Amino acid sequence: MSDAAPALRFDKISMTFPDGTEALDGISFGVSMGEFVTIVGPSGCGKSTLLRIASGLLEPTSGRVEADRERIGYVFQDATLLDWRNVQNNVELLPQLHGFPKAERKRLASEAIELVGLTGFERHYPKSLSGGMKMRVSLARTLTLAPPLFLFDEPFAAVDEITRQRLNEETQALFQREGFAGLFITHSISEAVFMSTRVMVMSARPGRILSEYAVPFSYPRQAELRFDARFGELCGEVSVALEGAHASEASDD
Amino acid sequence: MTEQPTGIEPVDGDAEVEADTEENESPKGMGVWAYLAPLITFVLIIGVWYFISYVRMDAVRRRTALPAPHTVFEDGLLVWEDRKGLKPILEALLVTSRVALIGLGISIAIGVVLAIVMNTAKWAERSIFPYAVIIQVTPILALVPLIRNWYGFGIPARVVVCVLIAIFPVITNTLFGLQSAKEGHHDLFTLHHAGWLTRLWRLEMPGAMPAFLTGLRIAAGGSVIGAVVGDFFFRQGEIGLGRLIDNYQKDTRIPELFTATIVACLFGIAIFLIVGWISTRTLKHWHESARNYT
Repeated sequence: MSDAAPALRFDKISMTFPDGTEALDGISFGVSMGEFVTIVGPSGCGKSTLLRIASGLLEPTSGRVEADRERIGYVFQDATLLDWRNVQNNVELLPQLHGFPKAERKRLASEAIELVGLTGFERHYPKSLSGGMKMRVSLARTLTLAPPLFLFDEPFAAVDEITRQRLNEETQALFQREGFAGLFITHSISEAVFMSTRVMVMSARPGRILSEYAVPFSYPRQAELRFDARFGELCGEVSVALEGAHASEASDD
Repeated sequence: MTEQPTGIEPVDGDAEVEADTEENESPKGMGVWAYLAPLITFVLIIGVWYFISYVRMDAVRRRTALPAPHTVFEDGLLVWEDRKGLKPILEALLVTSRVALIGLGISIAIGVVLAIVMNTAKWAERSIFPYAVIIQVTPILALVPLIRNWYGFGIPARVVVCVLIAIFPVITNTLFGLQSAKEGHHDLFTLHHAGWLTRLWRLEMPGAMPAFLTGLRIAAGGSVIGAVVGDFFFRQGEIGLGRLIDNYQKDTRIPELFTATIVACLFGIAIFLIVGWISTRTLKHWHESARNYT
């Protein structure tokens, strides 16, 4: 898969903030079309910074990013819905910002709402939705533009475990159907292994890529995969590497 | 919630179920008391009024200081003549409300524009905000001579008083509202190449509505006060409520003085309720505070 066209490529990315904080140190890797890559790492290791750099929200101190940023898909940690718009109009936001005609907007939104299973909730306002449903609206909003590259910034961190697992399964199914490239950030090892084709472990600040794991399971992945012995084994390996990352943080102090 | 008592046998007796239903029907869970309580207060006030007027005062004082409620009602509200009773009061109300509404409109127009300008750049906020504060803290009385010099003694001067009172809450609340858009929302708009105007129109302005409407509520009340107060200082042109009240006091037409005061008060309440109603209508789907605006 890795010889397919790269949707995103980091080339020796380093980031030092104006206050002197070194966030990232020489990050290089790529995400090909049809690949779902997850980064796990200790809190504050610069994972989110890397995502912001990928999207162009932040300029790196040095290094180069290659990505198509015209229709980038960015799913935030918070659902970032507009409280004054109902589900339909929230999902129509991105096509609206890109100047799509009204009929087209409506069609794209209806399709996306159906994909995330929220048909019938079009006229509901965010106030009346649960955390999981808000995340689905946020996903639907991103899907309207059919972006070739999705960036996920710990999108399911705030929902309960069962909802999170269901959202993992749905996102993974969407990824398989739509064939986009995904870069996903999370604290949860099982979430990372369940969704990804590759898992990268990042060190404590300044963030470096410590190790990389190919996930051999084929898509579509079923919920039962989480009880598979090989799944547990891989989670264990990633977990050990992540502990190493935390240890490097401790020795820094 | 309301279906529960009918379907399920109440465990703790009927009293609790009843209390529950009442809670759902009226504000603060007070049942009919929510409406009865202010009514009782009203009756008490009228009672005290009668007591003072008849027991504590002689006939002369009763006529010049505190006429009985029914006298106010008969001489002030029931009389309808060109220069007596309710008619001149309502005519004055029309003048005052026009002044208040024009003042409020100007305050909204200038206030919102200033807030938008201040929202675009920190330096703009730094340059304008201190002067908005100065307008707010300067007593109107101190500005009366200047307003006379610039705007004369008529209606325009009264409108200026309204604007001076009403503009500050519009500016501060709108600015606060515009700045309340979350960073994540701004990132989203940045990622999708939204320009300044799109950001303002689709993100910041709608997001500012709750704060703006709170400001509008304060400003509307202030504008009514401004229109009545302005009457006392700027007495040329059509007669407003303030000047009428002043005249009645000088001519000892006390029942009509009371009526005019009560009308001014009711007008203020009406404006307050109307703006509150607009707030609720606008925000009912999305903002927490909408429930408190009834």
